[in-house]
Amino acid sequence: MSPLLLALALPVAVAVAVVLLGERRRDAREAASLLGALALAWVVLGTLLPDVLAGREHVLEGPALIDGLPLRFRADRLALVYAGVAAALWLPSALFAAGYMRGHHEGHQTRFFACFALSIASAMGIAFSDDLLTMFVFYEALTLATWPLVTHRGGPAAARAGRLYLGLLLATSMVLLLLAIAGAWVHSGPAGARSLAFVQGGFLGEAPPAARAALFALFVLGIGKAALMPFHFWLPAAMVAPAPVSALLHAVAVVKAGVFCVLKVAVCVFGLDVVAVGVGNGWLLGLAAATIVVGSLVAMTRDNLKERLAYSTVSQLAYVVLGAALGSPLGALGAALHIVMHAFGKITLFFCAGAIDVATGRTRVSELRGLGRRMPWTLGAFTLGALSIVGLPPLGGAWSKWYLGQATLASDHPWLLGVLLLSSLMNTGYLLSIPALAFFGAPREEPGAGPPVREAPLACVAALVLTGAGSVALFFGIDPLVAALRPAREAP
Amino acid sequence: MSHPDVPALVVVVPLLTGLLTALALRGRWAWAAATLSSWLVLALVLDLALAVQHAPGGVVSYALGGWAPPVGIEYRVDRLNAFVLVVVAVMGAVVTPGARLGVEAAVPADRLHLFWGVWQLCQVGLLGITITGDAFNVYVLLEIGSLTTYTLVAMGKHRDRRALTAAFQYLVMGTVGASFLLVGIGYLLQVTGTLNMADMAARLLEPETARASGRTIRAAFSLIAAGVCLKMALFPAHTWLPGAYAHAPAPVSALLASTATKVGVYVAIRFLYGIFGRELSFERLPTGPLLLVCAAVAILAGSLLACRQRDLKRLLAWSSVAQIGYMALGVGLASKAGLAGALLHLLQHALVKGALFLAVGALVWRLGAARTDDLGGLGRRMPWTAGVLTLGMLGLVGVPGTAGFVSKWYLVTAALEQGLWPVAVVVLVGSLLAAAYALKVIEPLWAAPEDLPPPAGAAAWGGRESPFSSLVLPGLVLSALSLGLGLGLGGPAQGLALAAAEDLVPARGGP
Amino acid sequence: MEWLRLVPYWVYVALMMIGLYGAIARGNLVKKVIGLGLFQTGIFIFYISLAVVDGGTAPIAREGWEGPYTSPLPHVLILTAIVVSVSTMAVALALVIEVQRAYGTVEADELAALDAEGTEA
Repeated sequence: MSPLLLALALPVAVAVAVVLLGERRRDAREAASLLGALALAWVVLGTLLPDVLAGREHVLEGPALIDGLPLRFRADRLALVYAGVAAALWLPSALFAAGYMRGHHEGHQTRFFACFALSIASAMGIAFSDDLLTMFVFYEALTLATWPLVTHRGGPAAARAGRLYLGLLLATSMVLLLLAIAGAWVHSGPAGARSLAFVQGGFLGEAPPAARAALFALFVLGIGKAALMPFHFWLPAAMVAPAPVSALLHAVAVVKAGVFCVLKVAVCVFGLDVVAVGVGNGWLLGLAAATIVVGSLVAMTRDNLKERLAYSTVSQLAYVVLGAALGSPLGALGAALHIVMHAFGKITLFFCAGAIDVATGRTRVSELRGLGRRMPWTLGAFTLGALSIVGLPPLGGAWSKWYLGQATLASDHPWLLGVLLLSSLMNTGYLLSIPALAFFGAPREEPGAGPPVREAPLACVAALVLTGAGSVALFFGIDPLVAALRPAREAP
Repeated sequence: MSHPDVPALVVVVPLLTGLLTALALRGRWAWAAATLSSWLVLALVLDLALAVQHAPGGVVSYALGGWAPPVGIEYRVDRLNAFVLVVVAVMGAVVTPGARLGVEAAVPADRLHLFWGVWQLCQVGLLGITITGDAFNVYVLLEIGSLTTYTLVAMGKHRDRRALTAAFQYLVMGTVGASFLLVGIGYLLQVTGTLNMADMAARLLEPETARASGRTIRAAFSLIAAGVCLKMALFPAHTWLPGAYAHAPAPVSALLASTATKVGVYVAIRFLYGIFGRELSFERLPTGPLLLVCAAVAILAGSLLACRQRDLKRLLAWSSVAQIGYMALGVGLASKAGLAGALLHLLQHALVKGALFLAVGALVWRLGAARTDDLGGLGRRMPWTAGVLTLGMLGLVGVPGTAGFVSKWYLVTAALEQGLWPVAVVVLVGSLLAAAYALKVIEPLWAAPEDLPPPAGAAAWGGRESPFSSLVLPGLVLSALSLGLGLGLGGPAQGLALAAAEDLVPARGGP
Repeated sequence: MEWLRLVPYWVYVALMMIGLYGAIARGNLVKKVIGLGLFQTGIFIFYISLAVVDGGTAPIAREGWEGPYTSPLPHVLILTAIVVSVSTMAVALALVIEVQRAYGTVEADELAALDAEGTEA
């Protein structure tokens, strides 16, 4: 079996196994998730990655939904950025989820783990898709597979949030994105010679400039998962989901699917050169910059920890869109790196938020005063994650911001660097204030409080320490990553 | 073809078994006869469709009673009506076995044989319209199909007397529509002196005919167009449909929603493209813009009204109004891709609506009604029925992986090819609205039962799944077919639709 | 006398319009059925008028008559259409009887009011 097929099929197999094992054999069920995650990480990072780096391409052709447009998959470097992140972080998430769901006594755990695995399967499909239609199919699958997770808690509040989530994501993808894809198909060539397959450098070279600009706008706005304002409301709404969902899906898989698609479209549908000059990318740079700043501003005003992190995500995703919209190889490199760095940083933060919730039931920033001494591991990891998001060495986030900053300076819009710096400053304000409060604030003594607070379940702590350490490791291990992505970007 | 008389048998078999059923059989035997006959018809139709694939020119012609066309009545099967025949026959063969319990609940036991007789005559009408090559024959069979349909709809009276008024309204509008068609055919007879459709088309193409009788031809065109729109329930002639589908017994709705309006669409395509020809219909007359506007209103208004319904059958009925809009839109685009999209949508909507109405029938059979308020937590109590409902709704939305996505893709790209991006937007917004009403069904279905009050009368039915083989299985079969068409096994169907479209809209060098 | 040849067509159009008006605008279901009947009768007249051939006689083959016959085809067609029409009347009237039994009235506006009650209940 080809490793590519294995990467796509493994999470589906896990979902099936989870359903078959069910609630009665919950230990075996969680073991299936963990083993599946381990196997997927091995397939993607241990098999596909070395092969691709060695120049061996893996391609796969599936059934044709539309006559003449088969599902096509290809493992290339850019694909492995997203697939690698999703696969690598599934393992700690599965670990964390097992601890969290039991510690929190959540219901319907079988459905939860099955949908979780299906979401990963959809993410793999998006990552390895080799044409627009394939990408769209899995993009929609990801929306549908995550919807039961968002509404997992049940009740009217979750249902409302679920409707907003589904409504916004489907509205953008079904109307704008599908229109863009159909338009790209029609403009890709004369009847009979049309294609949707990704090509380095784009395949819309023959299209009239006005159509190209319109398509570009439709693509960028249609990929609602990138949470570009004003289509970002689904992301804070999705925070009603249990913490593992917020952590893996709404900090990593789903949102990164969005920005990954934007990046892929910029590189492989339009071509970076065209993005730089031929599609009127100015408005997009402005929108991305506005999203960066406004997202950070809103995050500063939120007291609910998860909501604050959600707006921080909105802001950070716009970095990736910005990098893609610059239309330069350096920008694309920065964007790809930021996908990785932000994933590790933000998942750590969400794990911490979940761990605090499980251990203490607290969800507000103002309630965390003095918690640092009770939960040193959790808040220590939180500090690492926050530093990475801010972009300070020795954490991975420093590199992506470095390359993005360079890219803005090299572009026609050097003022964007100011936006990046301003945002980093605001990140410091709203993220680092949290561990500061927790470590240095005086603990709040409540009369008649319950038993003393202790660290979260071991599974949770292990997961967040793992990803926090990952952020540090990424700082020191940046060279191979950059080396791997560079040639891909500079290829004609 | 295994026997030269197969084209005639497609109509004769259900006619004879229908009469036999009404006269000689009783109760469950009547149902068994209807089922057997529908299976036999399916076998005959598949045989015929295969023959068409291999026939020279893609046409099988059969002279009824040995009178050669154009004098005698000709049964003429080309790729277009082979496609529609297969749809009608498949739906008959799946819905009939699944209709037994629903019908037994709706019709008194001493009338069952009459019901099943009429049911088969209805199929005679639908199959006959599709297979015949004679314009007057279309009218007669259309009326056979319609008269039986009014009767079937009225059978809902035992549960809901509104079925009677709905059937009467349907009868008035249907008769007016059919009469318009009759007058239009009379005009064409006067102009061309023939009733054979192929012959008619050839004579209409002669320049002197067009010169001498241009006005008569245009009058015939308008009359026939009006009549056909009434039959296929295209906005603004859709008013009979919601009531008829909502109050008919659910199995009847399943049969009608998946075949009757589809045959109406077929008649529209046959007259517009096959008889008047694409040039007259779309280049000399403003049919295209008119159809597109009607279709757009049907899609948007139909979907919006579907969102507002609480009764599941009425919701599905309004959704049908919208879905017919999609087919009309494909017809109105007047291009190969558009027509192929219309045909594929015809196929997918037949499967999906059939499955949905069967599932609703299973709900009605258990709960006595099917309102969106009653669906709370049914996913756990009736997982199969809920699964069919969910898949069907996703199919209406056109989620990738269902057949609905395929037809939507063809329609959108066809519209964009002609630069008609507002039309493409209408298609896509329509599917978004479909997502809204689909969510109204799917959300309570899979919500945790403890979050919602139990459905009315839950104690009486004990929260059990419907009988599997007689109520659930047919819906599952249709869902599986729809999924199969959506998941890459639909290549042959798409090929057939494209080939049929190409016969009607020959490529003329470049888009 | 050219206008005389057009009289059947005028009759056809007039009957059709009267019938259509009756079928759509009258509130009483029986009157609607009558309207439909007129509507279809108009169409029969139209078809029969189509068959006229100048100087033609009834289309029954006769020894020694070489001259024109009127066209038999519309006659045949309209026989079929009359059968269809009669069946339609039968179904329609049966439905009216059923409506009368179920609702106690055959007036469209009263029926609409009764149906609306049923929806709210």
